[in-house]
Formats: sequence, C-alpha cells, structure tokens
Amino acid sequence: MRAYIAARLATAVLVVLGVSIVSFCLTFLSGDPAEIMLPPGATAEHIAKFRAEWGYDDPLLVQYGRFLSRAVQGDFGVSLRHGQSSLPLIAARLPATLQLTVTAMLLAIVLAVPLGVLAATHRGGPLDLLAMGVALLGQSVPNFWLAIMMILLFAVSWGLLPTSGRGGPAHVVMPAVAIAINLMALLTRLVRTTMIEVLAEDYVRTGRGKGLREVMVLTRHALPNALIPLVTVVGLQFGYILGGAVVIETVFTWPGVGLFTIQAILNRDYPVVQASVFILATGVVLINLIVDLLYVWLDPRIRLG
Amino acid sequence: MAAIPAPLLARALRLGRRSPLAVIGAVIVGLVIMAAVAAPLLATSDPIDQDLTVVLKPPFWLEDGSVQHPLGTDHLGRDVYSRLVYGAQISLTISVLAALLGAVVGVVAGLVAGYHGGRLGAIIMRIVDLNLAFPLILLALAVVALLGASLKNLVIVMTITTWMIYARVVRGLTLALREREFVQAVRALGAHDARIITRHVLPNLLAPILVIWTLEVARVILMESALSFLGLGVPPPTPTWGRMLAEGRDYLTVAGWISIFPGIAIMVTVLGINFLGDGLRDLLDPQLRRQT
Repeated sequence: MRAYIAARLATAVLVVLGVSIVSFCLTFLSGDPAEIMLPPGATAEHIAKFRAEWGYDDPLLVQYGRFLSRAVQGDFGVSLRHGQSSLPLIAARLPATLQLTVTAMLLAIVLAVPLGVLAATHRGGPLDLLAMGVALLGQSVPNFWLAIMMILLFAVSWGLLPTSGRGGPAHVVMPAVAIAINLMALLTRLVRTTMIEVLAEDYVRTGRGKGLREVMVLTRHALPNALIPLVTVVGLQFGYILGGAVVIETVFTWPGVGLFTIQAILNRDYPVVQASVFILATGVVLINLIVDLLYVWLDPRIRLG
Repeated sequence: MAAIPAPLLARALRLGRRSPLAVIGAVIVGLVIMAAVAAPLLATSDPIDQDLTVVLKPPFWLEDGSVQHPLGTDHLGRDVYSRLVYGAQISLTISVLAALLGAVVGVVAGLVAGYHGGRLGAIIMRIVDLNLAFPLILLALAVVALLGASLKNLVIVMTITTWMIYARVVRGLTLALREREFVQAVRALGAHDARIITRHVLPNLLAPILVIWTLEVARVILMESALSFLGLGVPPPTPTWGRMLAEGRDYLTVAGWISIFPGIAIMVTVLGINFLGDGLRDLLDPQLRRQT
C-alpha cells in the first residue's frame, strides 16, 4: 500500500508539472507578449527594451524555469488590468467559488442518493421511470439556460430570489442548483446502477433472510457499499463542477474565480489567466489525489491487501 | 426493402422494441440533421437579415405574433425560427467533427498505450491524466480567446477536450484483448502487429467507440453552446444557439422567446443524442454501461 501511495503521489507531481507547462504556454499562444502589454504604436526600440527587461529574449527553457520557480513561490506576475500581483487577486475570490461549488456538490449528492435508491428499489416502476426521466433531462439541459430560466421565473416574475451577486443564503440557491443539475443527473444514474448490483449480493439476501427490516438492509448494508463508487465519481467530477462554476458565475455575476478568469480571458490579462488555470487545475489534481487515497482507506480490500 | 441488409434491419427493429427511447432519440437526431442540411429550404427568412420594422415580435400563438415569424423575432428583427434552423449547422458541424477527430486521436493513442505499452504508453497515459485534470471549459476558453474564435479553432479546441475519453477506454479494452486467445493465436501464426490491430483488435473496439462518439457529440454541443454563450463561439453574424441565448438575456422580461427557444433546441438535441447513445450502448455493448 505504501508503494501505491508513493506511485500515486509521483503521478500527481508529474501532472502538476504538466499543468505548469500548459499554463506557461498560454502566454505564447497569443503571439508576442510585448504586443499585448505595450500600448499600440510603441517604437521598435521600446519593444526591444521591454523584451530584454522582462526576459522574453531568453531561450524558452530558461523562461519556463523562471516561470516555474516564481510560480512555486506564488508569484505569477502582475495583473495587466489591476496592477496587482495575480495570486492574491485570485485568492481573494476563491472563497466565493468554493462556497458555490461545495454547495452544488452537496446538493447534487443529497438529491441524487435518495432518487437513485428509490429508482433501484422500484426498478421498472413509475418511480424508476420518473427518476430516470429527471436524470436524463438534467444531463441534457444547458446549465446556463436553466440559470436564465430560473432568473426569469424565481427572480423576475415571482421576486422570490435575488437575480445576481453574493450575499445571504438566498443568493446561493439558483447558482448552486444550476451547477448541481448535471452532476445530480449523473450521480442519480450511478447510484441506481450500483444499488441494483449491490441489492443482488448475497449479504443483502442474508440480511433479509435473518429478518432485518428493509430499511436496515438498505441503509446499513446496501447503501454504504453502493456509495463507494460515488466518492470516486464525485471527486473526478470536481473539475467539471469548477468548469460549470466558471459559466454560472458569469450568469449570476457571482464574484468568484470563474467570473474573474473569464474577464481576464476577455481582457487578455494573461498573468491572471495563467495563475488561475494553474491554481484551478492544481486544485483538481489535489482533489483527485485525496479521493484516490480516500478510496484506498474506504475499501478494506485495498487497505489491507 | 432489398436495399437494407436483413441483419441490419433486424437489429434496428430489435433496438426499437427493446428501447423505444432510442427510437425517439433517432427521430430527434434525424430532424436536427435535416434542419442543418436543408436549412436554406426550411428557413422562412434570411437568418442574418435585420428588419427593424419587426423588432421583438412574439411567436405566432401570442397576441401580436404572426406566422411570418413563427417563433418571433429578436432585438434586430431577425427571424428566431430561421436562426434556430441555421444554428443547427454550427452545433452539428463542430460537435460531429470534434468528436470524430477526438476519436481518431484518442483511438490511436489508446491503441499505442494498450497494445504497445512501454514508456511511450506511459507518457500517453500521463498526458491523458493531465488533460483530465483541467477544468476543460476553462482550458477551451483560454485557448479560444488566445487563438481567436473561428470554426476551425473551435473544432481543434473541442477535440482537445474529447480525445482522452476514447484513449482511456480503448487502452483498457486493448489491454484485455491483447491477452485473449484468438489474438495470441494469430500472433503465434506469425501475424504482424499492424495486421493484428487492424483485423482483430479494432473491429472489437468499434461498438464502444461508436457509443462514446455519440455521447461525446452531445457533450461537445453543450460545451460549444456554453462557449458561444460567453461570447467565444463562432463569431457573428453566423447564428449559433449559444449566442442567440446570450443576446436574448437583455430582453428576458419583454421578449423571453429569444432565449427560451435556443435553450430548448440545445436541450432537445442533446436529449435525443443521449437517448440514441444509451440505446446503442444497451444494444451493442452491455458491458460498457459501467465504464461511461
């Protein structure tokens, strides 16, 4: 098991290195940084001086080395638009994004588990059909469209919820639902499938055979085993959730990293884009790592094997 | 009837009986493809023609609506129905091409990693991990913003977001296939790797690849429309579902139909493809259920 954890850690480090390379490359996709940073009509000497000053004349490998050593120290350069170091700018917006994504994940799980269990225990019946219908719709709906429709209904027409911004709990509801919907659909189907498999296991039959109440069989014996794959999938989907947050934060002008990054992308503020891509992707790598280790711990066959 | 080979027809009929949803999906997908292909015939107006005399007209069943603009007009007096029909072209072109290119790249990568293995295989799988670690929409946004939004660039970017799904599944299946007796047997008979792969491994991978392809087309449609919604899709005046939806946001309270219909178009199309994909999966490869 130690070997497994070591190998898993090594992979994570490699992937983070790859993330840094991709973030670094984002600078050069747009062409010459001097052209973006300097005002239009800058003279040739001006550009040459700028390039030399900022090290854009050095070999790429040297530039990457510099980027990496600075990144490790949390220095991604100064935002071209805000005139401040990019990392604190992003860090300041991270709590808002985490609030939204964690709420969305919990919401998806809380809705999907009962729905999936109901579908599995009533397989082929109307409840199953209903749950699967909800899941299929949830999988196919564009989340930003759902967000707009919710705004139209709950904010504009009925005035129940605020249309945008971050404030009390009421502000979280619509963006969290919009982000959760696709994950909820996926998890519902997953819980249903695993639950159907688990319910066919011998130990479930034994539980029923020895006269346990059905609720006990479901909650104590079947569900815990059906939830193990759920942990993995939720972890793997974290990147997807973050992606959803990027779009949904824009719809609700939620002051998080997603909205900030979109604005940076549209403004070609690439130190911010680099920092944000690097931090979000590294975050996803870390979450996946934690999930993998958690999985080892949850499954005694791997833990003790 | 002679034109359709009997086994294929039998299979299709069996699919229809076993999974009515797949049939509904096929019908929806057929209609969307027809809309895209025959857009010039089906559209009632020019999709980019502005007519400021009929701005924000409601659909025909509402008061003040007319059959001339069956689903109403937008803030520039453009016909919503005609723009929807033309929008299908963009959604389908990008998603079908990207899912196809992604399949080619991903299958080759997966075959190398699974069949050949070794250091190259390990490197490929690390790139897959790396690709999976990125919030894809963020990567797509950054790359499109920097490269510029065009049909070609969008196809490239979407390919980047889809190839690794194929690579992972193909690698897993190839690893298993390589050890099967029939593959061992042809190898013992002296067949070259190229022949083994094209004649014996690939044919066994076609069903899962087809299923993934279908589901990836649906996913790419959603992602492309999100990019377009954020203003980074195929640039105007080309009508795209995502941008129509975004443009309608400013008129939600007075002309909700501008945003409502493109959203329904996206949802119904994606739903149809998912129905079809699920049906195909059940029919072709029940084992894949757990993997995708």
